[in-house]
Amino acid sequence: MTKQQANWSPYDNNGGSCVAIAGADYCVIAADTRMSTGYNILTREYSKICKLADKCVMASSGFQADVKALQKQLAARHLIYQHQHNKQMNCPAMAQLLSNTLYYKRFFPYYSFNVLGGLDNEGKGCVFTYDAVGSYEKVGYSSQGSGSTLIMPFLDNQLKSPSPLLLPVQDAVTPLVEAEAVNLVKTVFASASERDIYTGDKLEIVVVTADGIRREYMELRKD
Amino acid sequence: MHALHLFIFTRRPRPSSSHVFCWKSDVSSSYGSTLRYKNVERMKPIGKHSLLGASGEISDFQEILRYLDELILYDNMWDDGNSLGPKEVHNYLTRVMYNRRNKFNPLWNSLVLGGVKNGQKYLGTVSMIGVNFEDNHVATGFGNHLARPILRQEWHENLSFEDGVRLLEKCMRVLLYRDRSAINKLQIAKITEEGMTISQPYSLKTYWEFSAFENPTQGAVGSW
Repeated sequence: MTKQQANWSPYDNNGGSCVAIAGADYCVIAADTRMSTGYNILTREYSKICKLADKCVMASSGFQADVKALQKQLAARHLIYQHQHNKQMNCPAMAQLLSNTLYYKRFFPYYSFNVLGGLDNEGKGCVFTYDAVGSYEKVGYSSQGSGSTLIMPFLDNQLKSPSPLLLPVQDAVTPLVEAEAVNLVKTVFASASERDIYTGDKLEIVVVTADGIRREYMELRKD
Repeated sequence: MHALHLFIFTRRPRPSSSHVFCWKSDVSSSYGSTLRYKNVERMKPIGKHSLLGASGEISDFQEILRYLDELILYDNMWDDGNSLGPKEVHNYLTRVMYNRRNKFNPLWNSLVLGGVKNGQKYLGTVSMIGVNFEDNHVATGFGNHLARPILRQEWHENLSFEDGVRLLEKCMRVLLYRDRSAINKLQIAKITEEGMTISQPYSLKTYWEFSAFENPTQGAVGSW
């Protein structure tokens, strides 16, 4: 007697790509706005970026319902933190919280591929990159999602991070100026949209600086 | 079990610039490949401001209506002048669908929720696994494949109600021709700030005299 296979999956991949780049005094977080399922486009204007705290922004791609639930969880926990500590969570603290939240569902994961970006306590840009079950690392730049295989090598080439094996420990943060980083992000998404069917429609760029959070949009290929 | 829906935003012609919604669904409900029921109302008003449409398992839709009935009742019992709008109901439905998916026992529906409250229009959809979004036009089932492209091409911000109806009828006609579970008996719902009306079922004019229909295998001998 053959074992009955599940004919329904609790997961779906709604596609999309996310990128984050950390600078000396800024952080750029970007994601496309396309939401798909299979070979269909569900909507062309869905934001994958969520502001978790004043200086902390997360972009997530993967299964949209899990992403939404994860964002709600983090927002709720952040509110509790604010009540208990009378201050906003800083980016490294939120990074740990996200990791723990993801691992909590280790045996029924949030199908969510995240990049967390923002400013640390000294005002320097920081980017944290995650897998679906909470394994994370502080990096100078990262990409996740369906286009990440196309985007990451390009970022590696352009942002050439020094090896973390070197001593003294080198900074992973890019020496690029904010405008150059934003331009790089636009280039990267335009390229990814050419070959990744799940990336396109519109690009949403969020820039976190000491002055606050700025949002920008750019049109991408609609096919 | 199956059925399809189309929903779009339209706007009333000036000077009153309030939002008007229209949407359509056919009134059939199949049981496997049998066209079991031919007069099923798959669109229901929810509270004062919203309309819910569903495709998929009709018994699960009926259960959802029971949940919403209770939700609206408790909301009314506060008697505080507030009422749940389409955004709130959509959020509630999303949570219900997602939680059932988490328990590996989904409500097997694709839901569409729309309405107007305080001049604000809203149109959103939830799937059986909790995937949700808002847009200017949505569809379920085959509507996503056949109707959304037409709507993407022809929907615009200042669509009048009459044009909206014509646009939806165009989409429903395509679906009628090409979806074998569709029937030529549909309802249209109109939602405005003042209230909503669901029409009596009616049918679309169709044309079957296309030469390609007459001898379909003419161009491809041996095909079906």
